[in-house]
Amino acid sequence: MIEAITGRYMRLDLEGRAHRLYFEEAGQGIPLLLLHTAGSDGRQWRGLLNDTEVTSRFRCVTFDMPWHGKSSPPEGWESETYQLTTARYTGMIMAVAQALGLDRPVVMGCSIGGRIVLDLAAEHADELRGVIGLQSAAFLSPYYDTSWLHHPHVHGGEVCGGIVSGLIGPHAPDQSRWETLWHYMQGGPGVFRGDLHFYKGEGDLRPKLARIDTKRCPVHMLTGNYDYSCKPEDTEATAAAIPGAKVRIMKGLGHFPMSEDYAALRPYLLPVLAEFT
Amino acid sequence: MNIAALPARAAAAPGLARWGRDLTADVFFSVGDAAWILAIHKGVLISATPAPALMPSYDLAIRAGAEDFARFLQDPPPPGWHDIMGLVRLGTFKVEGNVALFMAHIFWFKGVLALLREPRA
Repeated sequence: MIEAITGRYMRLDLEGRAHRLYFEEAGQGIPLLLLHTAGSDGRQWRGLLNDTEVTSRFRCVTFDMPWHGKSSPPEGWESETYQLTTARYTGMIMAVAQALGLDRPVVMGCSIGGRIVLDLAAEHADELRGVIGLQSAAFLSPYYDTSWLHHPHVHGGEVCGGIVSGLIGPHAPDQSRWETLWHYMQGGPGVFRGDLHFYKGEGDLRPKLARIDTKRCPVHMLTGNYDYSCKPEDTEATAAAIPGAKVRIMKGLGHFPMSEDYAALRPYLLPVLAEFT
Repeated sequence: MNIAALPARAAAAPGLARWGRDLTADVFFSVGDAAWILAIHKGVLISATPAPALMPSYDLAIRAGAEDFARFLQDPPPPGWHDIMGLVRLGTFKVEGNVALFMAHIFWFKGVLALLREPRA
């Protein structure tokens, strides 16, 4: 069986530097741009990209961020420390959407992706049809020393997989659980930690929430109750600061709902997608 | 919590020793006021014995708060208490000493501590 997903590369400049980015897509219709979590890649969306109930109505596109998955870091990477920032993240998403001709896409992201869609809603409302944040909160405090994720005495792949393993809900199928962790184990050195620079530090979006107008850009938030990184109360606190934001807490799911257990995410996600016409 | 049975349970757990293939250490493990020394050799838990009250010697200490660890041991554990990193976020699970040992073998530590959970009858 050959899946309907196609993968290609694009070349584009980000912050004045040439990049070669990998992206996958499936389906036709309303553009739906999908953002992976920190330290992982677009394979997390394999369940959705293979869901004909979604792809019959949406052009679903996911790209590997620079440094992630099959997207290489830019030339000169060997002499710099990778750090994701709010401006860099939002800039790349809008650049990818433009390069692929996505007209007012719905943008759905998870974790760091669930965070950055809040910035997109604040800064680019009229260029979007709406945003969906999975495991989304405007800010989270660090609760462990992230320097261990990039340390010469610790295997980066094993520690990155190990540190996030408990964020998966206990009812997730083993195959999906371990595939989700495998993606983490394949991350480049220091990349997960570099993403967390945004997630647990620089990317505090609380001051921007009051600027989000959900009449111009609807905001949906879905959070699994087994996520102890972005807890349900973290999402609810963020939503409370965005008039009109819609929240649902998903029972049994963790921090990677689309990858750890797409079948369990689906009943929560399809009604949200149905609101976009 | 049947810690005396932990070495046998660890030996029977598929794949656990592989995650600790290079882990050889004496680990001080406490829950509330109770403490043990876990003696580990190449990922095999050799023994789990009460820690000496005077001058215990070890490479790494992991200290769990009694109340939150009891919730961790429930089957099923409540959301947020289902993984030791959840307890770390709560601030009631501390890793001290040679932390690199813990981080380098985090799958082993998570796996072995979860074996303390008694399956529901």
